[in-house]
Amino acid sequence: MAATDSAVDLSQAMRLEPVLPADWLLVAPLIITILGGALCLMTRKNTAAQPKVAIIFLTLLVLSCAGLLAHVLDKGVVTMVAGGWLPPFGIAFTVDALGATLALTSSIVALCAAVYGMTDVDNSGRRYGFYPFLLLLMTGVCGAFLTGDIFNLYVWFEVLLISSFGLLVLGNERAQLDGAVKYALLNIIATTLFLIATGLLYGILGTLNMADIAIKARGAGSDGPLMTVAVLYFLAFAMKAAAFPVNFWLPASYHTPRIVIAAVFAGLLTKVGVYALLRIFALLLPEARIALADIIALVAIVTMLTGVLGALAQTDVRRLLGYLVISGIGSMLAGLAIGTTPALAGAIFYAVHSILVMTALYMAAGMMRALGGSYSLRELGGLYRASPAFAAVFLMLAFAVAGLPPFSGFWPKVILVDAALVGGHGWIAGAILVTGLLTTIAVGRVWIYAFWRGGPEGTADGQLVAFAVPAPEAVGANVWLPIGVLLGLVVLLGVQPEFMMQVSGRGASTLSEPMGYLRSVFGGVAR
Amino acid sequence: MRTIIFRTIAPYLAALMVLFSIFVLLRGHNEPGGGFIGGLIAASAFAIYGIACGVAAVRRAITLHPMTISAWGLFIAGLSGLPSLFLKQPFMTSQWWYVHAFGVEIPLSTPLFFDIGVYLVVVGSISSIALALEERESD
Repeated sequence: MAATDSAVDLSQAMRLEPVLPADWLLVAPLIITILGGALCLMTRKNTAAQPKVAIIFLTLLVLSCAGLLAHVLDKGVVTMVAGGWLPPFGIAFTVDALGATLALTSSIVALCAAVYGMTDVDNSGRRYGFYPFLLLLMTGVCGAFLTGDIFNLYVWFEVLLISSFGLLVLGNERAQLDGAVKYALLNIIATTLFLIATGLLYGILGTLNMADIAIKARGAGSDGPLMTVAVLYFLAFAMKAAAFPVNFWLPASYHTPRIVIAAVFAGLLTKVGVYALLRIFALLLPEARIALADIIALVAIVTMLTGVLGALAQTDVRRLLGYLVISGIGSMLAGLAIGTTPALAGAIFYAVHSILVMTALYMAAGMMRALGGSYSLRELGGLYRASPAFAAVFLMLAFAVAGLPPFSGFWPKVILVDAALVGGHGWIAGAILVTGLLTTIAVGRVWIYAFWRGGPEGTADGQLVAFAVPAPEAVGANVWLPIGVLLGLVVLLGVQPEFMMQVSGRGASTLSEPMGYLRSVFGGVAR
Repeated sequence: MRTIIFRTIAPYLAALMVLFSIFVLLRGHNEPGGGFIGGLIAASAFAIYGIACGVAAVRRAITLHPMTISAWGLFIAGLSGLPSLFLKQPFMTSQWWYVHAFGVEIPLSTPLFFDIGVYLVVVGSISSIALALEERESD
């Protein structure tokens, strides 16, 4: 029994020093989203109260993540071990600037989605659990960003995967089930590979704690079984991140759910895969990363180019945006392929930018549909007349995703191109620049067809076609506010990039020089 | 499936299984068992009752919607990690209380409440799936 026996020296097994309330910020995002999700699930039938409950809890989530980021920037890497058991046996939550930044960005996006969902998700969608699923999705996303244990990472992946299944089929239409099958199949394969790789890794190193793996893998070399594990991880997370050639599930499924759900998915899910790649290859298995660098670079370049070429070929705005998500993943992988600290910082900055801008663009697509009655570039037209302000908003988001200044996409691309040229990877730098140009053309196409042209396809130049006035609530404050907030952040990151550069630099240096990370977990104990 | 023997025996069987599931749940801290397996046993009790006497009877019997049961479980499990916050210990550090009642020492602990939460989550989600499938069959 757990009755305290005075003969047992607990300090051999547990951390007994008191935990400060500030350290609880590490697990606060999980507690908030779990309790909030449970409350939303209990009040599922009360469709009027649900958004309020969800927005209150997501606001708390944003505040706690902001507090966590401030805590991490103040104290360096922080660790809390569940139950106080000493690592590597206790399950550790270890948060560095990378995890905290991504958690904060994701929580902002989720809050925006909850507000947008008040318009986009009707009562039946709420009864089927949009808000509980959204909160539990955030449990998985935040858990993945904050955990310091690789099996725990797998568990959070499962949590977010199950919630995302629920969100994806919300509405139960034929196309949604079709998309969900593709999405589920590939994601389950990826998750299984992840689990197999983790089992093998445990067999080789005998540990699941990330800091412990980082220590033990450094002595183990990059050949043999550890390399197999690394390749399995790369395949698993490349599927999650939608990297070429395992990316077909994304454009096949992201256009099927409600637009706000697509916005959340586009913002968050692939980025969790990228995060896992950064964490595993830069921190845990750096020698395998060096060995695989050429393959990662190739995958990155092809992902960037096929993504943007796919976007050029699409006429459905949502599918077009899906391909742009993929193209962005290529840029982040490029940072991992180069692998220097500035390149990793560029990848982190790009991830933050991509989370914000892709969510905002999907929400903008919802607005286009509300104004123009369609997602198809053939049928859209004359949106500039419908709402000049929205046209300006879309143009700014388009510039941001293409990486033009003065928006958030510009700086990470500058950092990545610079790091690529310094590291002698001219091909990567070239691919990033060409992708930027092609992205500009792809989003420019949307703007020309949907906003400039007087009406649907076939409208002659100079002609204006009358269109129906949209329902006022479809273009009301619940839609404008989240898009406005996200656009504000995109502009802010573009005009004042110093803070994000500093934060992503801190995150990247934790990955490439992990002493701070290891010391945080093992408390400076020499091992 | 609705033979007279099955319909007669199912309520008793279901009641026994629920009782057994609670036994398995409570012994689970130090011996084989626990919230997950207990929850599975209870969910199969509801499934059997549903096959024998119809899904509507099960829904009436458990009063709450299965998903609401799950939600309560999640809530309880989440809360069970919190008491250590006030004792300056890490998340989920177990706390024990020894209650003396009827001349017996009853050990209560946060892991027990966590396990009860797991039990409710499993009961709720699995019987939600099982009942939905059984309903579809009888359409």
